[in-house]
Amino acid sequence: MGSEDNILELKHISKYYPGVTALDDVSLHVRRGEIHALIGENGAGKSTLIKTCSGAIAPSVGEIIINGKSFLSMTPKLSEENGIGVIYQEFNLVGDLTIAENIFLGRAIRKGILVDFAAMEKKSQEVLDSLNIKIKPSTLVKDLSVGYQQMVEIAKAVSQNAKVLIMDEPSAPLTNAEVESMFAVVDLLKSRGVTIIYISHRLEEIFRLSDRITVLRDGQYVTTLETARTNEDELIKYMVGRQLNEVYPTRKADCIQEEVIFEAKAVSGNGDKEISLKIHKGEVLGLGGLVGAGRTEFAEMIFGAEKKISGEFYFKGEKINPKTPKEAIKIGIGLVPEDRKAKGALLGLSIQENINMPIYHRLSKAAVIDYKKAKSIAQKYRKEISIKTPSLEQKVKNLSGGNQQKVILAKWLAAESELLIFDEPTRGIDVGAKQEIYTLINQLVEQGKAILMISSEMEELMGMSDRIVILAEGSVSGEIPREEFNQELIMQLASKERNN
Amino acid sequence: MFLLVMIIFFSTTSQNFLTVRNLMNVIKQVAIYGIASVGMTYVILLGGIDLSIGSIISLVNIVAAYVMVNLGLNPFIAILAALVISTAIGFLNGIIIAKLKMPELIVTFASQTIFAGLAYIICKGTPISRFPDSFLTIGQGYVGAIPIPVIIMVIVFAIGWFISEKTYFGRYFYALGGNEEAAQLSGIDVKWVKCLVYSLSGLFAGIAGLVMLARANTGQPNAGVGYEFDVITCVVLGGVSTTGGSGKMSNVIAGVMIIGVLQNGMVLLNVSSYMQMVVKGIILLIAVGADCVQKQRLLKAKKAAV
Repeated sequence: MGSEDNILELKHISKYYPGVTALDDVSLHVRRGEIHALIGENGAGKSTLIKTCSGAIAPSVGEIIINGKSFLSMTPKLSEENGIGVIYQEFNLVGDLTIAENIFLGRAIRKGILVDFAAMEKKSQEVLDSLNIKIKPSTLVKDLSVGYQQMVEIAKAVSQNAKVLIMDEPSAPLTNAEVESMFAVVDLLKSRGVTIIYISHRLEEIFRLSDRITVLRDGQYVTTLETARTNEDELIKYMVGRQLNEVYPTRKADCIQEEVIFEAKAVSGNGDKEISLKIHKGEVLGLGGLVGAGRTEFAEMIFGAEKKISGEFYFKGEKINPKTPKEAIKIGIGLVPEDRKAKGALLGLSIQENINMPIYHRLSKAAVIDYKKAKSIAQKYRKEISIKTPSLEQKVKNLSGGNQQKVILAKWLAAESELLIFDEPTRGIDVGAKQEIYTLINQLVEQGKAILMISSEMEELMGMSDRIVILAEGSVSGEIPREEFNQELIMQLASKERNN
Repeated sequence: MFLLVMIIFFSTTSQNFLTVRNLMNVIKQVAIYGIASVGMTYVILLGGIDLSIGSIISLVNIVAAYVMVNLGLNPFIAILAALVISTAIGFLNGIIIAKLKMPELIVTFASQTIFAGLAYIICKGTPISRFPDSFLTIGQGYVGAIPIPVIIMVIVFAIGWFISEKTYFGRYFYALGGNEEAAQLSGIDVKWVKCLVYSLSGLFAGIAGLVMLARANTGQPNAGVGYEFDVITCVVLGGVSTTGGSGKMSNVIAGVMIIGVLQNGMVLLNVSSYMQMVVKGIILLIAVGADCVQKQRLLKAKKAAV
């Protein structure tokens, strides 16, 4: 195959962040006029890869060839000039402007110093008509449904003469009917010779739309397949087929006790639907699924940070309904959030204050803090879970990621939480600290705590959980006991579509 | 540092500046700012702002004066009424900000006008004067050589320091100002803390208003106009970050002294009051600017380190 067939070639692209390799020598060839699907698990590097094409990030190493022109890195302007249009999951639209103004944002048609609204609306109408989109260009974007807003994005790209349209999870925010109209537009664009790179975790869509499929895994290129010559099982194998080589510290056998610490019965709300699960004393329940499956949203409801609409929570057999984190903490629930810096730690305060914050009122007599007690508590956990610091007065922002995580954990131990929810407990933490966190989790269940662990790392999920419940699009799609853990099964359940 | 430079500057340019009498005068003059700045410190620690305190001071002036003169009641009752009302106004600000999630700027801006207007309505636009001597002592009396307003300021600062350093809810101010979401996820009742802080701001403004009334011996419906500006400047000059979460009560005392020395020095040097406004505005800009520049530099340094 000669390179003139390829409208876009990525050659040996790597992207390094401090301590993390997001892309490792990825090459990708996109043929003129095809729909090329890009798939992979969470963190496989799909979004990073397309960002190198759009100019949102510069690759550390590699070459981008568009229509035979070679670039070492792109800028948003350069990529637009070379006919690349990107529809991100978050739209770049201004709600209070009209469709026409959005389509011509930054390049308004002018008459002298005045904007020529009539001309802009006329041209927008032409573009919309050509795409069979039936909306009026004078409508305000904020009055449109999500589906139509996406259409405006597509129209914008078309009006900019995009030859390659990259779509990042375009179906995720849409209803089923909207997905159908989006497919129709995509087919239409293809028939007009537009090349499309389509990112999705919904395998059904991939088979419905694409000509070829490229699989990424852990920032590496795995393979490219002809859609007609493959099937779901094969794809899943490529997506998850990694060697499981991380060693997990072993925990004592028979940690799991009969007693159910926590139970959710048909809980809906915050985007989740009828989630039921049980966590026993001394058990690590893994919560798996793709990004956006509603796992964090579920944790937020348990912790009282978000409201549930229906269903019940039980804690040690008693019905609970925490409306604020304060109430949840009092019941005995602790949350170690995913975004440590934004939600977990009080970065500007000391280690000691972070650990004692939830129990400050209990440590106080007539509102005056007993600093002696506070210090001895902080001291105790510093030793117990070995927080590495020269002093308890050290501000948390000066600690490493692993130690920050330990401080947050110490906070919940000090508050005597019995159910600990870990949301991506080892994200952004170096390998050594990871092992320490795993050992700590083991110690906690050995002491009889119950743990709900949300993890997008397949290996971690399988290595640490006693049981895994998998969510897909806000519902439980399956539950797997430890004996039956396997990557393919987990992936299959995670990419299930909700039938509605 | 800044304070020292200014003291040296004014003592070299004006021979009257470095006298004990004048320095005591400076402290006496700043007492009102100082008292109100304790509450404002909490508000700014939360990352908020309270523009209503000038009007609270005005209203307290009129309410206390009205109770003593027009109703002829005991000064003690007047003080109590004034403080209850000022705290209630602060609480009202707080509850609107916390429950309706309205921007602090607009809420306190609106209440500034509302309560300024109420002060005029109560006194029908005319000043009220002639208070009992016992009341005037608050503003004009001395204990030994020290003016009572100064003593009140010192006590208020001591209480203010104690609250922010030693009580659990005082530490919540820092937690909340640093990161509201993380604070909430650590089990802090964010709404409650906000109501408390704005109530305290109202309370301390109320105390400041009473001291002012007793000093001036006449209740003016426009007594507090513009005070929020000076008080905010004091707090910011004292190093409390306008983005919230960091700052120390002890440094705010220095901020208050800077404003005091500056005003006094400018008066001694015969700077016109119009020019004084210009200078004070510039100082506020510089103080906030320095904080922002420092933050950006830290951010850059951090990025460079990564």
